[in-house]
Amino acid sequence: MADIKLTINGKECIAPAGSTILQAAELNNIHIPKLCYLEGIHKYGACRICVVDQVSPPAKNLQASCMVEAREGMVIETNNARVQEARKTMYELLLSNHDKKCLTCARNQDCEFQALGRELGVEDSPYEGERNLQPIDVSESITRDPNKCILCRRCVSVCKNIQTTSVLTAENRGFNTIITPGFGLPMGNTSCTFCGQCVVVCPVGALKETSHKDRVLAAINDPNKHVVVQPAPAVRVGIGECFGLPAGNCETGKLAAALRRMGFDDVFDTNWSADLTIMEEGTEFLERFKKVLTGGVATLPMLTSCSPGWIQFIEHNFPNQLDHLSTCKSPHQMFGAVIKSYYAKKIGKRPEDMYVVSIMPCTAKKTECARPELMNDGVRNVDAVLTTRELGDMIKTMGIDFLSLPDEEFDAPLGLSTGAADIFGVTGGVMEAALRTVYEIVTGRELPFPNLHVPEIAGLEQVMEATIKFENVKPEWKAAEGFEAKIAVTSGYAGARKLMQQIKDGKSPYHFIEVMGCPGGCITGGGQPRPKGDINVTRQKRMEAIYGEDERKTLRKSHENPALMAFYKEWGDPGCHASHEYLHTHYVKRGKYNELTDENFVVNK
Amino acid sequence: MNERPDTRCATCGTDENALYDAVAKVIEQYKEKDGALIMVLHAAQEIFGYLPMELQEFIADGMNIPLSEVCGVVSFYSFFSTQKRGKHTIRMCQGTACYVRGGKKVVDAIKRELDVEVGGTTADGQYTFEIARCIGACGLAPAMMVDNDVYKQVNPAKVPAILSRYEETEAVEGGAEA
Repeated sequence: MADIKLTINGKECIAPAGSTILQAAELNNIHIPKLCYLEGIHKYGACRICVVDQVSPPAKNLQASCMVEAREGMVIETNNARVQEARKTMYELLLSNHDKKCLTCARNQDCEFQALGRELGVEDSPYEGERNLQPIDVSESITRDPNKCILCRRCVSVCKNIQTTSVLTAENRGFNTIITPGFGLPMGNTSCTFCGQCVVVCPVGALKETSHKDRVLAAINDPNKHVVVQPAPAVRVGIGECFGLPAGNCETGKLAAALRRMGFDDVFDTNWSADLTIMEEGTEFLERFKKVLTGGVATLPMLTSCSPGWIQFIEHNFPNQLDHLSTCKSPHQMFGAVIKSYYAKKIGKRPEDMYVVSIMPCTAKKTECARPELMNDGVRNVDAVLTTRELGDMIKTMGIDFLSLPDEEFDAPLGLSTGAADIFGVTGGVMEAALRTVYEIVTGRELPFPNLHVPEIAGLEQVMEATIKFENVKPEWKAAEGFEAKIAVTSGYAGARKLMQQIKDGKSPYHFIEVMGCPGGCITGGGQPRPKGDINVTRQKRMEAIYGEDERKTLRKSHENPALMAFYKEWGDPGCHASHEYLHTHYVKRGKYNELTDENFVVNK
Repeated sequence: MNERPDTRCATCGTDENALYDAVAKVIEQYKEKDGALIMVLHAAQEIFGYLPMELQEFIADGMNIPLSEVCGVVSFYSFFSTQKRGKHTIRMCQGTACYVRGGKKVVDAIKRELDVEVGGTTADGQYTFEIARCIGACGLAPAMMVDNDVYKQVNPAKVPAILSRYEETEAVEGGAEA
């Protein structure tokens, strides 16, 4: 596109046609303070902090620079007395209805509103008066404190436009406006999936994960509990950012070292059970596949079930399609079930003496760990879920200098994993990991792609698809000879909704579909560190880091994990009776308005 | 679309299914049009008298709009009510002109006369009492509306007479039915 010329603060600036004034200024290294605007996600003009004076062509009012397009010949002043005063007043008015308990806020020193006040030189709160006080809403995953909300509506944008879930809205008007699911409903009683994308974009402490830090600390300090920790694949490419490292650093070794120093009794890895998931899920797919090939009846396409946000989504929005879901529990739940049965027995403990902590890039996992069906032998499979952010906080609280830690290994045997497990953290990864194993079982040969990557599904597009042809199969898979399996991969609910509608309409061409609830997959999940700057750049870097981790490993196929094979020798085959009792689950029809269930995930009833 | 709730009004026994049918017809007429939500809500409030959550769900499903968005619109406009309303709506103007010419005294008189708070509905379900911010009749200040009738230069002494007109109508209707 052609460039335009305009004058900002007396300096001649060049910007691509179609840029906003804000973008044009930033391109020319002129900084305009802003609050609600979020590149690629939210452009709304709600906060008016980024106002500028449009001198020519003359505009009567100050213009929100995030909204107004820069035009040829425009003359803009971003920092004259009028602008400075307006900006400061705007901030002070926002502050007047904000609870200023910054010292005890989870976002203290990590708050965009706080940082902006400093930047604008605000040192007083002159407008004290009536406040629109609202109750705090606590669900299993998300704590919503409307008294900290500054009505920027980023959460509304991400919920409606990116995730198409439209749970949050602006209710009422003017001073009475609150961001809420409406009707006074708590989030835990709506069709919220707890993906936490709203938590990631919230500039203040109004939306945050419901903390499990205290319960984890209590368990570590309880001498009667054997506390086992397991971090998810995506945590290793996120945790470094909690300590100031740029996006794209994979800190597996420091992560293991930090968890050990925190006092966990066993430092295992969800990756081990990601390999376990592949064996269970791959077996389940092959069973369904074989039935269909041999003229039987089985539900296809099969849908992956690792992402608990996605599970909530399908339960609310497509309750009659639940039999398409794999019955596999998500990897960390499988892990918890194994720890409290198989492993507890090995170390001579009772299931109730074991305490399992999952470190997850995810807020939905907190709700998942409270689901009543995810229990065995009378105890929860997983007792607590910390987000990557919470883990970062706890490491700091415990005085551990993360960046100077040596690289260490996870504990054997349940800390050993293959590269297939690492890529569970990125969109397309679960499918690729499954194909590496399934293809080899059917044909006896390695998945025929360079470096074991299926190029069509290694990316960040909303929906990706590929066809895998089975040729020269093993004798027992004769029925599959020449069969072309169609697979699809999607991340974020906008894509999932499209693929589910096809299934609902009986028009899905696919046999196997991977769905992850958050765009890009777990690497940019709701529990990951908030990206600095453009989330798309962060997502790309984390993805590259996770593929790098896979490629560094010698073993890259789940069925080659020696610790896992040793486990199966004692446990039974994938899909055996014990597997079905401990590693598989069922789902709940909920409906859009929870009309099909009495279950909810409200904590402060 | 969801199954229609099978609810009979607990107090008056009206079969709400008939009302839902009427709303469904309105939705059918408007569902393809952009920005038609406000029209549908307006009509639905005419039919039901108010917009309870179940009705908003019904409209959201019918229009294929998220419930949160419907809720956002309903709660934004003071015209829409989520509470059951009286048979008649009294709107006393408290715009600047009406206010300075004694509108506040009329508000107090109505509250006394009907034993009702602003925004509330009388115990017998006859009246909902609201404050309007300028009804565009400043020349008639203080102005008051009952349903679609506008009354000019109202003062506390005139209130009982104005209200009695609506009680009479009610009595005639009741008589005709009997």
